[in-house]
Amino acid sequence: MRLEPIPNPSLARRLGLPAAALVATVVVASLLALLAGANPLAVLGQIVTGAVGSKFALLETLNRATPLIFTGLAVAVAFKAKLWNIGAEAQLYAGAIVAVLLGTGAVPSPFVLPVTAVFAMLAGALVLLGPALLKTRLGVDEVVTTLLFNFIMLLFVSYLLEGPMKDPMGMGWPKSEALLKEARLPRIAEGLRLHWGFVLAMIAAVVVYVIERRTSFGFEMRAVGSNFGAARFAGVPVNRVLIQTALLSGGLAALAGWSEVAGLKGHLSQDLSPGFGYTGIIVAMLALLNPLAVIGTAIFVAGIFVGSDAMSRAAGVPTYIADMLLASALLFMVLAILLTKMRVVRG
Amino acid sequence: MSQANLRAGDTVLRLDNITKRFGALVANSGVTLDLKRGEVVALLGENGAGKTTLMNILFGHYQADEGRVEVFGQTLPPGNPRAALAAGVGMVHQHFTLADNLSVLDNITLGTESLWSRGKGRAVARARIAALSSEFGLAVDPDARVGSLSVGERQRIEILKALCREARILILDEPTAVLTPQETDALFDTLRKAIALGLSIIFISHKLHEVMAIADRCVVLRHGKVVGQVDTHATDRAALAALMVGSAVALPKAETRPAGPVLMRISKVSTRAKGTATGLSDLSLDLCAGQIVGLAGVSGNGQAALADLISGLLRPDQGRIEIDGAEPAAWSPRQAVNHQIARIPEDRHKTGTISDFNLTENAVLEAYSRPPFSRHGWMNWPAAQAFAKDVIAKYDVRCQGVLQRIRLLSGGNMQKLILGRVLEPGPKIILANQPVRGLDVGAIAYVQSRLIAARDAGAAVLLISEDLDEIQSLSDVIHVISEGRLSPGFARGSKTAAELGLWMAGQGFRAGDHAA
Repeated sequence: MRLEPIPNPSLARRLGLPAAALVATVVVASLLALLAGANPLAVLGQIVTGAVGSKFALLETLNRATPLIFTGLAVAVAFKAKLWNIGAEAQLYAGAIVAVLLGTGAVPSPFVLPVTAVFAMLAGALVLLGPALLKTRLGVDEVVTTLLFNFIMLLFVSYLLEGPMKDPMGMGWPKSEALLKEARLPRIAEGLRLHWGFVLAMIAAVVVYVIERRTSFGFEMRAVGSNFGAARFAGVPVNRVLIQTALLSGGLAALAGWSEVAGLKGHLSQDLSPGFGYTGIIVAMLALLNPLAVIGTAIFVAGIFVGSDAMSRAAGVPTYIADMLLASALLFMVLAILLTKMRVVRG
Repeated sequence: MSQANLRAGDTVLRLDNITKRFGALVANSGVTLDLKRGEVVALLGENGAGKTTLMNILFGHYQADEGRVEVFGQTLPPGNPRAALAAGVGMVHQHFTLADNLSVLDNITLGTESLWSRGKGRAVARARIAALSSEFGLAVDPDARVGSLSVGERQRIEILKALCREARILILDEPTAVLTPQETDALFDTLRKAIALGLSIIFISHKLHEVMAIADRCVVLRHGKVVGQVDTHATDRAALAALMVGSAVALPKAETRPAGPVLMRISKVSTRAKGTATGLSDLSLDLCAGQIVGLAGVSGNGQAALADLISGLLRPDQGRIEIDGAEPAAWSPRQAVNHQIARIPEDRHKTGTISDFNLTENAVLEAYSRPPFSRHGWMNWPAAQAFAKDVIAKYDVRCQGVLQRIRLLSGGNMQKLILGRVLEPGPKIILANQPVRGLDVGAIAYVQSRLIAARDAGAAVLLISEDLDEIQSLSDVIHVISEGRLSPGFARGSKTAAELGLWMAGQGFRAGDHAA
């Protein structure tokens, strides 16, 4: 058995296979629910209601989608140039640290939000600059370096929260001081839990889309990712492009941490991110690395998490079902996408 | 499965009328080949002649569209490497298939032992390796880690691996490409012992002096067909070279014209060998306005290094390059483009184009960073599309439009787009590396006439080709490259194909020529 490319996949193939992947995901979810001793239809229904069933649920989902859009964009940008940034988690925390450092009184108030945003992006970019330089100068595999940076950063945050950044009024909890009111992202409307970070995330997606499609840097980035050798031969400065891509990717991931601190939590703690950096990979892959599609897939993934939380409380099925749902959704979707371009032939 | 009762001269392997197509490309066309017991047959041919495809069919990696493979009188089931192994066919690949972190013994037994018989099988295997080593003169330490061994030693392990699996027919794919002359001699001793013990060998190479030294018979492939079968003692190197590279395709002829000033000068450049790719050795070459310089040579003799040098991918380790009398301050592909060098790469699929990009994007791949295609970092796609449309019209690119992905184009149309991309800006220097390989006759004539037109317009052209006829009909001056060294320039018509063949085979170069 081997795979053979299909020159012009039919519309039925391109729409039918992703739909089939969705169905397969639902089947797996049902089996898991059965295994947990619950009624599959009820479980699925409660996930959907919990995610989008009420205004509160929907806003909660959009809030949860906000950091995922940023990390999803970070991964999509990097993967587009075949720069395998697995370290969005570390870059996210770099952004969060800067948001706290500058947002607790260090910067005069009228400028504090834009200033913290810009410096957060710089911090995230710097975190990815190291692995990118190691890759372009010495050929060190960035999968390893960016992945390991996540652990370094988590331990560093732990040190900061137990030491220099620990809130003296925090009753001994490992968390930072709270941000000044001026350093917080306001809510979109009074009484709604949704903050402006969501709107900024959508703007970021549009900006990234425009960069990819309309600028010469975007052209270079796509060329390097599609065929490194041909890009290099044609005169694309491949190493410079990889570095620039790394800076953009790291900056986007850092905005996730910045917006979580400034928009939602108001302070830094060790549980700021339940793996948003890693989930960003799923978000970007499901979106086929298209920046605009990242908005949709981030909301989908956030909905599954939020919905599963609600379902878990109601049906007594563990929330781990959310992780398994996402994992199977990703696997089926990747397979479906492969099979839209290739067919299996015998021999 | 060993067939010890066969006598010398009996046919052990027969490839019968093998045809294999990849889409429109015919890789093998009606190839028939016999191998007798105790015989070494050399399979000769240029890159892309179909040698590797043929051996992959024999070994079961590919399935032939027509024809069959017979080993010891029995037809092999197609597309089944296990059956080929079981029938006694052993293959030593050009790129070794060994695990660096395992011992020699482990590498040899890998895949032959079942999971639960490790203990006693190893003692047997150890004894067997010792016996085969002394029988064939293949000295190896069974406990050495493969990662610590030299290339020559690794090759011995590959051969031992095949012998341990009772191979009676050995296929060696360019075995000497990575060996020193001493290692080559040792390999030949081993092969002679193998023949004396009744094995048969297919030896793939394009080093003619080695073929003359070891083979009983030569089978020459060209464009997928057998174009000659000769006994080694009844032929000579020049005749073989002519068979390999000759071609009967009618090509446009270019009239010689007086050369203009030197536009690019390469003086005394040396570059290191990269992997199995030959480097350049003290090479000097002038490219003059209005002149086509043809570079002939058997592939793998430094053509790639010279092309990379001119393309900007490679910088000289020693020596210098000058363009218009001045040494460029920096040297990179973009510098080469900025110095008005048009580069037609050898591999239009992998280096010349980005398959997932559309025709517009591919058309501006070199010039995208300059006006009118981009300004202040913003792409001007309408201008890029206009350029692509222009190229498509002027260079007769058959396509569905400027937004079609280039992977769907035929090789000829792809090449025409590349031609348009590099020739439209009016280059001073043109590097054409195998510009017509794999094209049909019509596209060949078109590409060549464009090169001649560019020369007539005053460009300096370097044409690299393995096809001697193409070189002879287009070039004003011909150089031969062999092992990274460049022959003197020969004016058009001053050397016959046979004489050039001798240079290609390495004769004619100054003292130190180590061709046998």
